[in-house]
Amino acid sequence: MASRAQHRWKDWLIERVIYLAAVVAISLIILIFLFVGREALPVLISAEVHEEVTLDNLLLAQEYGTPGARLPYVWQPVSEVPKYSLMPLFLGTLKVTLMAMLFATPLAIAAAIYTTEFAPRWLREAIKPVVELLAGIPSVVLGFFALIVLASWLQDVFRFDFRLNAINAGIALGLAVIPIIYTISEDALSAVPRSYRNAAYALGASPWQAAWGVVLPAALPGVFAGVVLGFGRAVGETMIVLMASGNAAITSWNFAESVRTLSATIAAELAEVVFGSAHYHVLFLIGTLLFAITFVLNWLGAQMVGRLRRRLTGAVR
Amino acid sequence: MKLRIADRAFVGLTVLAVLLILAMLAAVIGNIVVNGWEQVTWEFLTAAPTQGMTKGGIFPAIYGTVLLVLLMTIFVVPLGVCVAIYFSEYADRESWLYRWSRQAVNNLAGVPSIVFGLFGLGFFVQFVGGAIDDAFFGARLTYGQPALIWAALTMAVLTLPVVIVSVEEALRAVPQSYRDASYALGATRNQTVFRVVVPQALSGLLTGGILAVSRGAGEVAPILFVGAAYYLPQLPSRLNDQFMELGYHIYVLSTQSPDVEATKPLLYGTVLVLLLLTFLLNVTAIAIRSRLRMKAASLR
Repeated sequence: MASRAQHRWKDWLIERVIYLAAVVAISLIILIFLFVGREALPVLISAEVHEEVTLDNLLLAQEYGTPGARLPYVWQPVSEVPKYSLMPLFLGTLKVTLMAMLFATPLAIAAAIYTTEFAPRWLREAIKPVVELLAGIPSVVLGFFALIVLASWLQDVFRFDFRLNAINAGIALGLAVIPIIYTISEDALSAVPRSYRNAAYALGASPWQAAWGVVLPAALPGVFAGVVLGFGRAVGETMIVLMASGNAAITSWNFAESVRTLSATIAAELAEVVFGSAHYHVLFLIGTLLFAITFVLNWLGAQMVGRLRRRLTGAVR
Repeated sequence: MKLRIADRAFVGLTVLAVLLILAMLAAVIGNIVVNGWEQVTWEFLTAAPTQGMTKGGIFPAIYGTVLLVLLMTIFVVPLGVCVAIYFSEYADRESWLYRWSRQAVNNLAGVPSIVFGLFGLGFFVQFVGGAIDDAFFGARLTYGQPALIWAALTMAVLTLPVVIVSVEEALRAVPQSYRDASYALGATRNQTVFRVVVPQALSGLLTGGILAVSRGAGEVAPILFVGAAYYLPQLPSRLNDQFMELGYHIYVLSTQSPDVEATKPLLYGTVLVLLLLTFLLNVTAIAIRSRLRMKAASLR
């Protein structure tokens, strides 16, 4: 028989370990920020790095190119005169992400509406696992598919100048985003109490009037949260855009041209960069930016889910 | 009458969306299965690549992937289970520790995978690995470079939220009456948690582990700079060796191969193997979880 004191000591230890795990979870996110940020900091403060690149170079228009054809924004870190403008990368990320959202949002929300409002029960139970399977496809596989197959299909139909472009990458990225928007929207829609629908029917609404005019507006914060979180995923996703977008840092609004995104730039260049060089630190700065952007988007998404919950609690089920 | 047509059209549009998603899923999977099926033979799974990656098999990549996810599981499951137990059984909902750690886990789930790669390089490889080299190897480069162990740890950080979410769900599915009964018999909180609640939630632990493995096997961006290698003549045997990996293999074969057409059959085979691996894991996890949910519903 273990003595009482021994029991207490063991209890104390177990409890400490459990609490320590929670502390580790907090420290991990702090460590990520610290250690990615630490390597980015020299871009802001190191005189040595400033000889090659300053914030000015990163963000403002420069006098690159020939006097005849000025190129204000160029990302060309490995050249005689290294050029570090982030604008082509921002623009590229925006183009691919916009394309993915335009493609994924209507599909995912419509599918979620069908699942919660119109589908028979057995079908609802069948659709959800299928979407989970879509979510389970590794992004490198989607990237492969977009690079080898989808790009050729699109090329055959639209005759783009560039085989790999923002549209191709955006559609593949959309496939990765659909499950996120779908799952969160579906949760939000099915959280709307039955009484809302019954009230709409009692007033003579048809099923789609109830769905479109009552259920969707009630669930709107949750649906928005899905879109915001999907957007966050699209901004940070790497392998798909790295493989399917062509990776040329071109500053233009043409969606049929090759693009280079922030995430793909890190993935493509970090392995070959000189440790501790200006280029190295700029890549970490891009990583810090990605971290910050997705952090804000996730926070926004969580706020919206919270708002939905507050709105629907108190409603009679 | 007009209303009824609009009604039909709207419902029809939503059906169309579902069908379109299913069709795209079928196109991706169908294309890969049709083109990869012939490739996946016993020899393909057990041989090393030869002739500049245009012939032979993918055994080193499979071996590296399995090693990576096994090591990752050793790190992530104990930590994830402890955090989930804290969330579900110990946490005081008003305490700063609960709110901060909950927030931290939510945020961790949203960090882009490439940022984990940067973190792995900056923290594990350079900071931790560098410190180990300085302390034990007289600053000789041993652990301060990309290696299997650092890739596994990086992947563990990435999959932590996956484990926490599914284990917590399983713990919450254990009816409160079980806990009450245990307390009524005079059990302490630790006894209740570890002898009553956790054994009831074992299948949830399993689901969490499987989902983490599936996620870890499919991610490539985090290991780009922390240990994955294009080609290695030998299998990794030590924790500080580099390794080949299925997802990374797909990436390099499809983007950096000198002869894409020649590697294409091999590439399709590799993609199919990775897809089958992650699908089987996911289907298992989904099946276990739906059984768990049914059980939980019947207990209420």
